[in-house]
Amino acid sequence: MAELTYRDALRSALIEEMDHDRRVILIGEDIGVYQGTFRVTADLLQRYGPTRVIDTPISELGFVGAAIGMAMLGLRPVVEVMTWNFSLLAMDQIVNNAAKLRYFSGGQVNVPLVIRGPNGAGVQLSAQHSQSLEATYAHFPGLYVVAPATPAEAKGLLRTAIRSQDPVIFLENAALYGLKGEVPDSDFALPFGKAAVVRNGRDATVIAYSRMVHAAVAAAEQLAGEGTEAEVISLRSLRPLDMATVVESVARTHRAVVVQEQWKPFGAAAEIAMRIYEEAFDQLDSPVERVTGADVPMPYARTLEARAVPHEADIVAAVKKTLGKQ
Amino acid sequence: MDTRSVKTAPPRDLGRDELAAAVEWYGKMVLVRRFEEEAEREFRRGKIGGYLHVYSGQEAVAAGFLSAIRPDDIFFTAYRDHAHALFRGAAPGAVMAELFGKATGLAKGKGGSMHLFDVARGFYGGYGIVGGHIPLATGAAFALRYQQADRICLCFLGDGAMNSGSFHEPANLAGLWGKQGLCPIVYIVENNQYAMGTPVDRSSAVTNLASRFSTYGIENERADGMDFIEVRRLAGRAVRRVRETGRPYAVELLTYRFAGHGAADLFQPYRTKDEIAQARQRDPITLLEDLLRATGALSDGEVKRARADAERVVTDAVRFAEESPPPAPEELYRDIYGADG
Repeated sequence: MAELTYRDALRSALIEEMDHDRRVILIGEDIGVYQGTFRVTADLLQRYGPTRVIDTPISELGFVGAAIGMAMLGLRPVVEVMTWNFSLLAMDQIVNNAAKLRYFSGGQVNVPLVIRGPNGAGVQLSAQHSQSLEATYAHFPGLYVVAPATPAEAKGLLRTAIRSQDPVIFLENAALYGLKGEVPDSDFALPFGKAAVVRNGRDATVIAYSRMVHAAVAAAEQLAGEGTEAEVISLRSLRPLDMATVVESVARTHRAVVVQEQWKPFGAAAEIAMRIYEEAFDQLDSPVERVTGADVPMPYARTLEARAVPHEADIVAAVKKTLGKQ
Repeated sequence: MDTRSVKTAPPRDLGRDELAAAVEWYGKMVLVRRFEEEAEREFRRGKIGGYLHVYSGQEAVAAGFLSAIRPDDIFFTAYRDHAHALFRGAAPGAVMAELFGKATGLAKGKGGSMHLFDVARGFYGGYGIVGGHIPLATGAAFALRYQQADRICLCFLGDGAMNSGSFHEPANLAGLWGKQGLCPIVYIVENNQYAMGTPVDRSSAVTNLASRFSTYGIENERADGMDFIEVRRLAGRAVRRVRETGRPYAVELLTYRFAGHGAADLFQPYRTKDEIAQARQRDPITLLEDLLRATGALSDGEVKRARADAERVVTDAVRFAEESPPPAPEELYRDIYGADG
């Protein structure tokens, strides 16, 4: 075990995979000389040279598409998008090529590709730089969508992503890069589709992913002070979704709250809540609650932004509502 | 340059190998034309669904280039892709079965006309979003050189694709990567004069499409795409150069689509019958046939035999497609994720 930041956990996974497999290459804007906007790729250009750490022009469509072509020919490109907002410029490539190539070729090609970068709100980045796109990508068959919450999850899931035969949408979070945590040494990997119970509790299940796991844990601690024990699940991946862990938990607590940073309509929480109704309806003692971002383009003003993203207090209120304690 | 005004070239000095290749590829072009005519008929019979884009008129382009590459080279194209698969040696039955949506199709009946793939032969696909395959081919070329192979990649694209960002972004990348010898690709613009129904002069501010590659530092040339011999010679030079340097190269080949854009393009209000008839005066197959007859490499009997062979192969392909089973129901959920998924 070593204590690493989320950033260094990601970076160490890249280094170990690049050392172990020459097919792994990095592509993105300002990942080399500039060292990466969030320094996840710091010093990697020096370490591996410009044919393995490729600085690109600002052409998401071009370099994401090119990375798909590289993957089809057997390389294992890891693409950095400076933020997931910019992936929209490459969406045709991700959705129409990466996700579907295996299928429409009748299984003739693999696309072992990782696209990674920060997803969700930052600090006062306003409408174009604060979006949460997980449900958008999780909609498409053929993609994996993962969203690590901790340094250990970041490293373990990135390793699995790089070794995958299929494209992985790897959602990081700008607010988490400096977060420290214990990370197992050596060949540590976490499978997709296996959620983690990060806090045990008997009264309600709070389901979250990425940064919202931390808000959920903080809410659970506050609730514990008031005598309510909330269980917190970190989903780790949205596609595949580990409903077995969720259902097992809800079968014990009989109450569920799903937390997401993104907009409420047609979001991840809608899907997860519906799956709970489909698979554990009889276990529920109250309706599933959703805690989400406000249904507005992200405002710039600090005061308004604070009202647009979910907080610990919202999760506390939602848990209480499932318990009829409002 | 308007290909329709170019006169048939007189017989040229053809080497023995060149002549033998021309005779062989003449047969393949006859087969492809017959295959496409039959595909249109099967579409009208309701045996083929979805979209169907046939290659008739453009044969010398794909034939010229695919006759000039090595078996380990690779290529990508858009949705007008039947000819590319057939020229590369895919079984006509497997191509027709794909159009019929059968389990024995090249892509198990999951891709259809627009998504033919034959990766074992280096054919990395037909793609349905105009221009969407150009970034893939560019990255694939990088991967070949990264793996230190002297293999090269061909990227066929249409005139319509050149106005999309998915042309310009990878072209810039290719120019950049080519400076380091890391992008062995030939972009082959099949300028058939129309993007669906919009002619080049109404869709591109600059109508010399080859010259547009100069913006990205990619050397380029423009040539008659109806003349198999000329295309093949040019292809040989382009491929050799790209293989040696690892730098991209671009060719605009002036050609013409005899059929509609797709099988649903019945009335073709964007062009006259007269224009089509005039273009047919320079049918690439007739041009090659005339040349080979003039040189004595092809007799009347051999022409007849080529046509009869094509008829038989296409009839067999249709029978194979008809008799093949549809994909099994469980195929619906297969090939979404790989073995680890």
